[in-house]
Amino acid sequence: MKISRGATITEPGSTALEETGSWRTFRPVIRYEKCIRCMICWNFCPEPAIEKKEGENYPVANPKLIKMPVPVINYNFCKGCGICVNECPTKAIDFVREEK
Amino acid sequence: MPMMMLRGNESTAYAAKLARVKVIPAYPITPSTLFPEKVSELIANGEMEAEFLPVESEHSALSAAIGAAATGVRAMTATASQGLALMHEVLFIASGMRMPIVMAIGNRALSAPVNIWADQQDTIAERDSGWIQFYAETNQEALDLTLIAFKVAENENVLLPAMMGMDAFVLTHTMEPVNVPDQKDVDEYLGEKKINYPVLDPEKPATFGAFVFPEHYMDIRYSQYIAMEHAKSVIDDAFKEFEKKFGRRYSKVSGFMTDDAEVILVTMGSITGTARETVRKLRERGEKVGLVKITVYRPFPKEELVSITRNAKVVAVVDRNVSPGFGGAIFTELVASYNKEKRKPRILDFIMGLGGRDVKIENYEQVYDIAKKAKRGKFKEINWIDVDEEAVKEVEGSI
Repeated sequence: MKISRGATITEPGSTALEETGSWRTFRPVIRYEKCIRCMICWNFCPEPAIEKKEGENYPVANPKLIKMPVPVINYNFCKGCGICVNECPTKAIDFVREEK
Repeated sequence: MPMMMLRGNESTAYAAKLARVKVIPAYPITPSTLFPEKVSELIANGEMEAEFLPVESEHSALSAAIGAAATGVRAMTATASQGLALMHEVLFIASGMRMPIVMAIGNRALSAPVNIWADQQDTIAERDSGWIQFYAETNQEALDLTLIAFKVAENENVLLPAMMGMDAFVLTHTMEPVNVPDQKDVDEYLGEKKINYPVLDPEKPATFGAFVFPEHYMDIRYSQYIAMEHAKSVIDDAFKEFEKKFGRRYSKVSGFMTDDAEVILVTMGSITGTARETVRKLRERGEKVGLVKITVYRPFPKEELVSITRNAKVVAVVDRNVSPGFGGAIFTELVASYNKEKRKPRILDFIMGLGGRDVKIENYEQVYDIAKKAKRGKFKEINWIDVDEEAVKEVEGSI
């Protein structure tokens, strides 16, 4: 995002352009081989920084789930609150310290 | 161009009228009260077309001025001392939002102890607020510099607020003959207020004073710093154009008998007149002394001050302010201005005239004597002039 004089914003919707990923201390990492694609993390993410994507190209816990959508974390906006890590019923999300 | 007998506050009120200021939010405070009084009178008499907002505090006065400037019109207010101190946080908001507001200040001491008299501590304490600062020596200058302040503040390469300081009572309440320019000439000089920044418009919604992350805050501060750098040449141009139009000459610093001077006094504001008179007297006695007056304090006229004082042996800076723990502000910044120079004159600081203490010819003569002796040997850096050393010693122990 470019800056403006006096930080005046003349186009609406700028919040979506302001990436907040730099706030993160811990990074949630989904281990798809354990993910049952229940979308509980997607539901709970307050940002929301978890997107629903087509799942055919992702590793899968059970081949029957291959047609189901998968949760994908958008690290440009994930602030690392860890709610998804806490809610995941199969403990498929690791929480690793950011190395910057 | 009629000559009128005006007090300083009336000078700035007439400047507001001539600049066709559209919104004037103000809260009265000694010694600036006469400004809102005069402006409301001009409006009530139908001589001036503007919205006068009697607000509930100085904090609100400047906040309302920001709101008015955000609609794109000229906005002006006036205050002093505690009023300016109460505006402190809003000062940074006005400059951060790049609103070209102009404010007239009756330079007055800050509490405690309570004191309503002349002192430049109030505006000097706000030197980091991002406002351009002018200081008037006379009521004529107060009027002219207020008009010039609009010209500079509204320049599209600047867009920063500007304050114009005049010493309490000595200028704010003292009548002087003032040449009040013709409306037509001021209209030509200032032109109609340009909309050269985003303004409040229901058709084009915008966010003002937005929240900014660490990723951008510093860049926005840097752009504000650059705008103040741009103000340097814009001020020079505004002075030149003013001289062409009105015949009165201004510059950021102006010298008096400095060419062969071994000792140069540096002053700012109304105390300059007495200094000039002292220099004249000392010259009659054959003393090689000169004077430099500062008219623009922010942006600080580094290069100009160095070039006009570099050949002196001693520079005696008169500060009508003090930063306890160091010294006066002009002294500090003049010394810093010599950073890139191989050699510099000895620079001495003289704290004078705080809280309305008169600055007399005899005080300047004392300054000159101390400065002259400082050409060689040891010297005292910070000198308080006309203070009761014994009385202070009694309450503080030693000095």
